[in-house]
Amino acid sequence: MRIPLPLFIAVPLVMAFLLPMFGRKGKTAATVLANLVTVLLLVFAVASIGKSEVYEVGKWSIPLGINLVLDGLSSLLLLAISVVSAAAMLFSVRYMEQYTAKPKYLSLFLLMVVGMNGVVLSGDIFNLFVFLEIASLASYALVGFGCEHEELEASFKYMVLGTIASIFILFAVALIYGNTGTLNMAYISKAIQDSGLNAGLKFALALFIAGFGLKAALVPFHAWLPDAHPSAPAPISAMLSGILIKTLGVYALARVVFNIFGVSVSIGWLLIVLGLLSMVAGAFLAVGQWDLKRLMAYSSISQIGYVILGIGLGGLIIARAANSGYRQDNPDWAAWASLAVLGGLFHLVNHAVYKSLLFLTSGSVEMATGTRQLKQMGGLAEKLPFTRTTCTLASASIVGIPPFSGFWSKLILIIAAVQAQFYWIAAVIVFVSLCTLIMYLKVQRYVFLGELPENLQQAKENKGSMLVAMVFLACLCVLMGLLVLVPGLKQAILDPAVKVLTDGVRYSAVITEVL
Amino acid sequence: MPYALCFLLFMLGLYCAVVKKNMVKIVVGIMVMEYAVNLFLIMLGYRSGGTAPIIESSHLEESGQIAATFLSSSVDPLPQALVLTSIVISLGSLALMISICIRTYEKYGTFDITQIRRLKG
Amino acid sequence: MEQEQQNSSVVQKEEISNGVTGMTIIVKTVSNWVKVLIVLFGIYIILFGHLTPGGGFAGGVILASSYVLLMLAFGREFVEKDLPLALDSKLDCLGAFMFAMIAILGLVFGGVFFLNFIYQKYLPGQPLKLISAGTIPLSNIAIALKVGASLFLVIFVLSTFRRETPAKKSQISRIETDYTDKSVKSGDKSV
Repeated sequence: MRIPLPLFIAVPLVMAFLLPMFGRKGKTAATVLANLVTVLLLVFAVASIGKSEVYEVGKWSIPLGINLVLDGLSSLLLLAISVVSAAAMLFSVRYMEQYTAKPKYLSLFLLMVVGMNGVVLSGDIFNLFVFLEIASLASYALVGFGCEHEELEASFKYMVLGTIASIFILFAVALIYGNTGTLNMAYISKAIQDSGLNAGLKFALALFIAGFGLKAALVPFHAWLPDAHPSAPAPISAMLSGILIKTLGVYALARVVFNIFGVSVSIGWLLIVLGLLSMVAGAFLAVGQWDLKRLMAYSSISQIGYVILGIGLGGLIIARAANSGYRQDNPDWAAWASLAVLGGLFHLVNHAVYKSLLFLTSGSVEMATGTRQLKQMGGLAEKLPFTRTTCTLASASIVGIPPFSGFWSKLILIIAAVQAQFYWIAAVIVFVSLCTLIMYLKVQRYVFLGELPENLQQAKENKGSMLVAMVFLACLCVLMGLLVLVPGLKQAILDPAVKVLTDGVRYSAVITEVL
Repeated sequence: MPYALCFLLFMLGLYCAVVKKNMVKIVVGIMVMEYAVNLFLIMLGYRSGGTAPIIESSHLEESGQIAATFLSSSVDPLPQALVLTSIVISLGSLALMISICIRTYEKYGTFDITQIRRLKG
Repeated sequence: MEQEQQNSSVVQKEEISNGVTGMTIIVKTVSNWVKVLIVLFGIYIILFGHLTPGGGFAGGVILASSYVLLMLAFGREFVEKDLPLALDSKLDCLGAFMFAMIAILGLVFGGVFFLNFIYQKYLPGQPLKLISAGTIPLSNIAIALKVGASLFLVIFVLSTFRRETPAKKSQISRIETDYTDKSVKSGDKSV
């Protein structure tokens, strides 16, 4: 059945506006309603797999009005957003009892989901900016939610850098409007293909890469992430690290660079270099950390580097293939490019699942022990059995041990790099996987193995909704490998997304012909 | 030429947000950057010798259509709508930033960001 | 005469800093008259938002500023009794909810989200008249309610600035003397 696209935005928005009215007595009712909304969004997202639609809001025809576009990449990301937000909302039923003002937390959480859904569905570049701002403002407030010293400092740092990034993005949108005269993504793409890039548009592209790169925490712009992700409450860390940096950063960057401007050789190399820097710097900085969540935050930077590397590699191959000499020498270039982009996108979805599971388990550990420092923990394997199992599953997945999901995505990336004759990139991928192994062995040894300190003898497992959320994500970790192994699932879910990016600037023709 | 001055204002705001050590001055720098971008957006829609894009009864012809003289002389109203949205967004962002500054002052006792450095590494 | 004025101005500052009485009787009387004009002007900007510049957001800011004037003239406790924060918070949610409902009613009645269903189906008014643009004046009213209520809430909450605990005061005075020392050395009079 066809779900009208605005429902993805309208349903959580209406609930987010209703929830602050509940007050202290209606806390349970508010929690139940919020969980119903996220489960409903999950049902909607699953029902929208494989469909593509262009929805004109208010019945104004484009380019006069704004439109919502659902294509393969959007439906893949909608699925990821709804899975992670359903799990995090279920986890926060029990976890957020430690904080006050729970209805306001739920309202901000739903506003963040609205913002992310809007970014993914938007077909108009200023609309993308508005929804990006909604999601960012909600996340700034959520990072500083428990108003302690460190959380306020982290929230201020995140907010200053995030606002500067948003202003860069707005400036770039203004430059695009000044040079092309329209705001609809399909029409901008057609205008840029017709007229070519002048100095204003090149500056706009640079501003976009800086702005979205800061939202995605690529390495020259990553300074906010190691402070913001540990200080947030655990379900918010899971949302931030799991999908916010991917939707606001990687998806928007891919949409703008691939579908609107068109990839060129220099942009492809820039993405590859940024990805490699992020991978290596994130891994090296993570190994020396002694704070559990800070280590996971640095490892997020490293894994996002993988995603950008895959997408950049695909883009470079497509850009080189514009030259007919390259096409004759390498007749399989289309297969190589789509394999690289498939690796990047599959790694994005995998990372969403297992990094949010890791942050949820770290929240469970923090709730049981009251600390985040690795040196003060130890031997929690008997006290927290479910947490230990799920954390081990997630760590095995992120390191890349078969048959868990992380192995398949890293294997696809390595095969793509070797096929395209970038052997040094494959070597760097393997090296960073070894560093990831080191850091997660450190987590396992210090948190779960070893001796139990005396003050932690009373630590108990927290049952209930937290457990359900963690087990749900752990099952997905195990089963996600089937997304590439079973051909039917791959064609339904992953291949349309890859096709959107490898089609590149034919996006505009697709949009105007669907209408 | 006015675009270059707008860009200069943007650079001034960026300098202030990056270099200054007082939290409130950083917030003021960010606000100056937002004003510069809003100004740039409005200037994009300008047409020299243009009139305000508000339709009055003298601009309507008998059949209810808009007169061609109005269409050829009015400035572009779309950037004005974009700037309205952008001003509302920056208002919300400013309110959040100032409230975090005030809360941080209550906790740490200072506005100086070199003193607020508990998160390291 | 100047001595008396100086005495009375010193008394004013103490009373204002205590937050007890607010400003003088002249300011209070005039602001009692002016607040009606401000609210009237705000409502005019909201209702004519589809014909003249302004609309929901600008009108909402003007309505909030009338309450800010009352806060400055009468003190915060008076305004707290007049418009309690709980009611204000609920008005703000109500305004946003009304706006979302107008959009969803477009989906229900017309089949397309945010459709201007009153204009298209029920009441296409004459152009340039007050009742003409369909759902746009209703959206303006909803937005004005939300913006006015939430701006007033923000300003009211930000004005409850708690004083520092004594343990921190020595730290503040040390930092302030650092700044004042530097500025005195550089010859700058105003800190």
